[in-house]
Amino acid sequence: MDAIAIISIFVLAVFVGFEVVSKVSSTLHTPLMSGANAIHGVILVGAIMVCSHSSTTLELVLSVIAIVLATINMIGGFVVTDRMLEMFKGKKGANK
Amino acid sequence: MNQSLYDLIGLAAGVCFILALKGLSHPKTARRGNIIGAIGATIATVVVFFKPPIHNLGWILSAIAVGAAIGVPAARKVQMTQMPQLVALFNGVGGGAAALVAMVEYQALGAEATTAEVIFTVFTVVVGCVSFSGSVITFMKLQELMTTRPVVFPGGRFLIAATLAAVLGSSVWVVIALGTTPLLVLAALSLLFGILFVLPVGGADVPIVISLLNAFTGLTVAASGYVLQSTLLIIAGTLVGASGTILTRLMADAMGRSLFGTLFGAFTAKPQDLAGAAEERPVRSGSPDDVAILLNYARRVVIVPGFGLAVAQAQHTVRELADLMISKGIDVAYGIHPVAGRMPGHMNVLLAEANVPYDQLAEMDEVNPTFGQTDVAIVIGANDVVNPAAQTTPGCPIYGMPILEVSHAANVIFLKRSMRPGFAGIENELLYDPKTMLLFGDAKASLTKVVSALKAL
Repeated sequence: MDAIAIISIFVLAVFVGFEVVSKVSSTLHTPLMSGANAIHGVILVGAIMVCSHSSTTLELVLSVIAIVLATINMIGGFVVTDRMLEMFKGKKGANK
Repeated sequence: MNQSLYDLIGLAAGVCFILALKGLSHPKTARRGNIIGAIGATIATVVVFFKPPIHNLGWILSAIAVGAAIGVPAARKVQMTQMPQLVALFNGVGGGAAALVAMVEYQALGAEATTAEVIFTVFTVVVGCVSFSGSVITFMKLQELMTTRPVVFPGGRFLIAATLAAVLGSSVWVVIALGTTPLLVLAALSLLFGILFVLPVGGADVPIVISLLNAFTGLTVAASGYVLQSTLLIIAGTLVGASGTILTRLMADAMGRSLFGTLFGAFTAKPQDLAGAAEERPVRSGSPDDVAILLNYARRVVIVPGFGLAVAQAQHTVRELADLMISKGIDVAYGIHPVAGRMPGHMNVLLAEANVPYDQLAEMDEVNPTFGQTDVAIVIGANDVVNPAAQTTPGCPIYGMPILEVSHAANVIFLKRSMRPGFAGIENELLYDPKTMLLFGDAKASLTKVVSALKAL
């Protein structure tokens, strides 16, 4: 992949990232942070890639640890965010 | 599967992440947003297995199973009060994973690595390690495994500066010399820097630091995406980095703090402001009956919940009290400080669980002008967010933070476990004010007694 394409992707993603969260109410700060936290758990994909082509024992051990950690980050992150947001749903139900 | 198809599916996952963040920014779509994010992550993870050659499949699947076996129960079983530290920990392990991925890829590339790849690897290792060790410290602070006060020791400033210089120095060393030893030295120094970086941050500012470290981890994921030639990792990581930065600023604004002040405030604050806490002064403590009488004759009552409410799980009892007062014709509102509790929005989540109607929750700007007409302000397990020192004592760690001005109410009732100062470790003058009454004990037990006393009147 050439450098210009990567820089373009990076810059555009920065602006999208800024734009989507710029008007969030303080009520949602915590779940939003937690959700974003779960999204960067996608490093799991990277961990799987390096584990797949690791050739020495050291590489294998390190990448297996990386997969465990990334999975905790990703799955745990989405589950905990859902639990936070579950509380909000209860409120809406009561108002109906 | 050919590369184009693989990249297209990756793009779809990236779009899911954008929609997820968008959804999470609005109360009505938040839950759906989170689910879309999870779908995106699942797509990304599944599709990587269809991009041969895949080796070590057994190891990979077992590692994922182990990670899920740890992460899911932790997320399911955690108490509402402990969620902030769990998020901090999840963030930390993500940073650690990114650092490990970069180190393994660096090993694999060996001498073939281009300078740009080495620089991105160095970045990922440094920031990932800082995020990991920093998050562990924030976890320990929030879990109260260590002091929540800023940890400042003589020469700390120079130690941090020296460590940072050493990190930069060894970064250059890695880029020039290549090889495993410099990289391990770099990782160790970065871990140390992460610890030193978070130690001086005061307890009340920890949420801001978690958010900042979260943004950092996002950037490491983007950088490792460059090394691994993965568009998806670049998109996802950059999104989190950018939105995390904005979110950190929003949080700091909500607390009236500059980011700089949060990170380096402990070095500039004068220690004597913190030390005045030890002296003994008389306070007026009351019984549940005294409180009930005061409430019975009030026309307007504002309830100010804080972390103590969360600890005692008293959200249902407080609602019972509010409903009882409303049935007696008393005007009741909840004054919600944006950062009451351990995280922004903590109180909203907690009261939502007890089905407190939305329209009774008043935000700080709304409720502050009304304290003048309020007969009783009940502060339940909150301290720093009502501490007038934020307005009157320049140099104290929370100076400049907007507070709920309960001191303008005719009477103030504090429900507290003890005279211990709040999370920021600062004495609260309001506790000694003649119009303040203290009701000691667990918030839930105290509230239950007040409810029955008020019913009896």
